[in-house]
Amino acid sequence: MEDILLDVLTKNGLLTGFAVIGFTMLVSYWLSSRFTRGKLHGSAIAIMLGLALAYVSGLFTGGQKGVADVPLLTGVGLLGGAMIRDFAITATAFGVHFQEIRKAGASGVVSLLVGVILSFVVGAAVAAAFGYTDAVSMTTIGAGAVTYIVGPVTGAAIGASSEVMALSIAAGLVKAILVMIASPFFAPRIGLDNPRTAMVFGGMMGTTSGVCGALAAIDPKLVPYGAMTSTFYTGLGCLLGPSLLFLATQALVD
Amino acid sequence: MAIYGTALLAACVLIGLFIGDVLGSAIGVKANVGGVGFSMLLLIFASEYLRKRDLLPTPTKEGVHFWSAIYIPVVVAMAAQQNVVAAVKGGPAAILAGALATAVCFALIPAIARIGTKGPTTDAQTIAE
Repeated sequence: MEDILLDVLTKNGLLTGFAVIGFTMLVSYWLSSRFTRGKLHGSAIAIMLGLALAYVSGLFTGGQKGVADVPLLTGVGLLGGAMIRDFAITATAFGVHFQEIRKAGASGVVSLLVGVILSFVVGAAVAAAFGYTDAVSMTTIGAGAVTYIVGPVTGAAIGASSEVMALSIAAGLVKAILVMIASPFFAPRIGLDNPRTAMVFGGMMGTTSGVCGALAAIDPKLVPYGAMTSTFYTGLGCLLGPSLLFLATQALVD
Repeated sequence: MAIYGTALLAACVLIGLFIGDVLGSAIGVKANVGGVGFSMLLLIFASEYLRKRDLLPTPTKEGVHFWSAIYIPVVVAMAAQQNVVAAVKGGPAAILAGALATAVCFALIPAIARIGTKGPTTDAQTIAE
């Protein structure tokens, strides 16, 4: 009996994923209304639960993909994987007004450039403060503070050590997680309640997973605007990291 | 039929990702450059076009709406497969680099958002009124 049940659950992984995530949402929204009277949004709690589950799973399986490394839960990996994620993010654009996007055009572009360069500079400075003073390590860790994809792409291009690569990925992950969890709390202070600011938010923070998770908790209507700019961020980072930013760092350090 | 909407959405995503990959390889970057952004723009324009010509009946819309509604659970599933252990293990250097970069950029958002508007005077006027 037990074997047959496990077999059904693993064979139909995506369905198991729907059921597990659905249950997680149910629990989160219940916790939200029962203990925070809706002040801490259900989706924010669900994301924290997701991250906590990923941490526990990582400890037990030793894998890199959170709960997706648990054989029974590979379907969650499919549900939250790149294909469905891109599909669902794009769907949120349905009903978006193009005028809003055009209005925020200039600040959106500026936010992308400032976001990438500023994150890089801060990351590289922290790297230097911790004794990673050579140009390659500073650039790689700085690029990791841009996003956890820009870090390894840049590091591979300029020949960073695997220790530094791991640090750079970790820096990017910390950023993604922090954006997801902390932004909803500070959103009112920076006026993050309209499409324009959401686009700037996407451009400044850049980590698509972090930005979309945060906006989902702040106001789901803002998701498409933040996603729109943040989707260009990683590309811009991969472009600038191994080229301009590396050369600039080299010129400063050597 | 709902599948028309879902098919439209799928086509937009595929074309957008294709553009992103082509753009990435054209500028020599090992990443998809703005693929989802292009997908979204395509969907916005396509739905606008169809709506004006009355070719977007409710069942077709439902085919897109479902996926837009399933978005938050997808993000939760995505969060559940992050490498959180690695992020924690990265130690103080990684945590500080990530956290400081986040904090500094976050603090600057209001300033950047003001670019292209008439500036803070509009707020003052609203209050005065």
